[in-house]
Amino acid sequence: MTESLADLASAVPRGRILPVGPSRRRSVHVIERNALAYRRMWYVFLTGFFEPLLYLLSIGVGVGALVGRLPGPGGRLVTYEAFVAPGLLAAAAMNGSVFDTTFNFFVKYKYAGTYDAMLATPLGVGDVAHGEVGWALLRGTVYAAAFLLTMAALGLVASPWGVLAVPAAVLIGYGFAGLGLAATTWMRSFVDFDFVNLALVPLFLFSATFFPLSRYPNGVAWGVRLTPLYQGVNLERSLVLGDIRWTLLVPAVYLGALGWGGVRVASSRLARLLQP
Amino acid sequence: MCAPPLVQGRALTKRFGTYIAVDQIDFKVERGEAFGFLGPNGAGKTSTMRMIGCVSPVSGGELSVLGMDPALQGPAIRSRLGVVPQEDNLDTELTVWDNMAIYGRYFGLPRSVIRERAQELLDFVQLGDRRQDRVDPLSGGMKRRLTIARALVNQPELLLLDEPTTGLDPQARHLVWERLYQLKLQGVTLVLTTHYMDEAEQLCDRLVIMDRARIVAEGSPRELIQLHSTREVVELRFATAEERRDALPLLNGSGERVEMLPDRILVYTGDGDGTAELVARDGLRPASVLVRRSTLEDVFLILTGRTLED
Ligand SMILES: Nc1ncnc2c1ncn2[C@@H]1O[C@H](COP(=O)(O)OP(=O)(O)O)[C@@H](O)[C@H]1O
Ligand SMILES: [Mg+2]
Repeated sequence: MTESLADLASAVPRGRILPVGPSRRRSVHVIERNALAYRRMWYVFLTGFFEPLLYLLSIGVGVGALVGRLPGPGGRLVTYEAFVAPGLLAAAAMNGSVFDTTFNFFVKYKYAGTYDAMLATPLGVGDVAHGEVGWALLRGTVYAAAFLLTMAALGLVASPWGVLAVPAAVLIGYGFAGLGLAATTWMRSFVDFDFVNLALVPLFLFSATFFPLSRYPNGVAWGVRLTPLYQGVNLERSLVLGDIRWTLLVPAVYLGALGWGGVRVASSRLARLLQP
Repeated sequence: MCAPPLVQGRALTKRFGTYIAVDQIDFKVERGEAFGFLGPNGAGKTSTMRMIGCVSPVSGGELSVLGMDPALQGPAIRSRLGVVPQEDNLDTELTVWDNMAIYGRYFGLPRSVIRERAQELLDFVQLGDRRQDRVDPLSGGMKRRLTIARALVNQPELLLLDEPTTGLDPQARHLVWERLYQLKLQGVTLVLTTHYMDEAEQLCDRLVIMDRARIVAEGSPRELIQLHSTREVVELRFATAEERRDALPLLNGSGERVEMLPDRILVYTGDGDGTAELVARDGLRPASVLVRRSTLEDVFLILTGRTLED
């Protein structure tokens, strides 16, 4: 009932349900629900950690032995492992977050009726959107922390600023969670998920994850700079390798805005789709 | 004495684009009663229930639920409702128990309160020994009962049931009816939709008959039958369609009203046996003659010219 007082305060035009903002307390219950569901699938939970680790061992350590040093942020020469690891951290944050907010979200939204059940309670579409994003970020935080520890154990974290790689990964997760959630509200069937892969694979391969931006012709490099994953990779690499500049706020703001806008779009789309 | 109605619709309307699913209906649900929306598929029952449940915006007219406006106070209203939707939407990734537990959490209930209530409610719907089972393997009737138990976890003042027994076998239906009757005795206000006239007759104190987005009649089951139908009905079945067609003109005057259905002819009359004798004297040879009391099905037929089952 205390929540409803806040809801009461915002008088709104007719013909729209739940114009009130999400309540943090209510969206937490969406996270609780996912935690309950994963309690019986903890092994699925582990996969998110192993995938980037395998990439790091194969491409970072394996291929790295053949490659030699290359210029990192600020132009300093670094080993290939040190160059690739933060890129993989950023890419893993993207992948995990996109999976949770597209595929997993779609199943619950389209087939399982999970949200129809939630919306019959005090929860609203905003709570659902925030809860799902919160869950994706929580998971992402655990993975990012584990991966960063592994990097540190392999001697790949050059700067104490590297600690910020975890919140940076959460920010990347947030940007892609917003994007994923919003995009999923336009999906009609599983066939449409081919488009998700079509977008993710090139992002993964070409966002300066595996080689520096200087390898691109100038025009293409500018195009790559505009992608959210490049921004994330740039942020992670600068933090981990200790190249701290004020301009790092640019990717941070970019990713934050992407997440915020995405969640808003998703919430208003969900209101129309789930509460016709 | 004059407590405000729990739910009230005035000229309540629902449009999907240009399609009108609910067309200016007026109704009132009083505290403690079991109120029904009886009507065939597509009549607009679910659309009405979703507006009452504050998950579908009102397109026109007025609606108040628990004295509040769904457009402004959705979460506050929903916190005091129990909803059993037409399609079960239990969480198939969770166990029976976790379904109850998480649903209670959606209402912000403390875990200790949920633990107590969940066990009580599972016992109430006779699922107390299925706590640790997954939801998928449960039978249709069990799923329905679990959905009802789940809807009661917040101790709602008003329970909305959209076709509570559609798709269940007779035994499962009776069990659900019996449980709902218990709830009614406990003072829970029930609002339900159905296209089964026997369900409406069994459960509803008062009901409205809906057809094509409109309300065509309102009253208690007995009032509706008294007002719109005769006391008894004679059902005549014939061996062939021709015989049935030929019989029709001969039956005029044998009762107060004659209705021809695809498989039989109904003669509405105050005195069933008398009419049946009259039919035999007229030289008609129906394959079977059945005299029965009027039901809500007859009311619907008389008012709309169609049967409840599509
Ligand atoms: N989301 C929707 N969009 C468009 N039309 C709808 C929607 N929901 C229901 N309808 C239409 O409204 C009419 C009434 O549907 P409904 O309320 O589900 O009826 P009932 O529950 O009585 O079977 C039907 O013709 C149905 O096709
Ligand atoms: Mg319906």
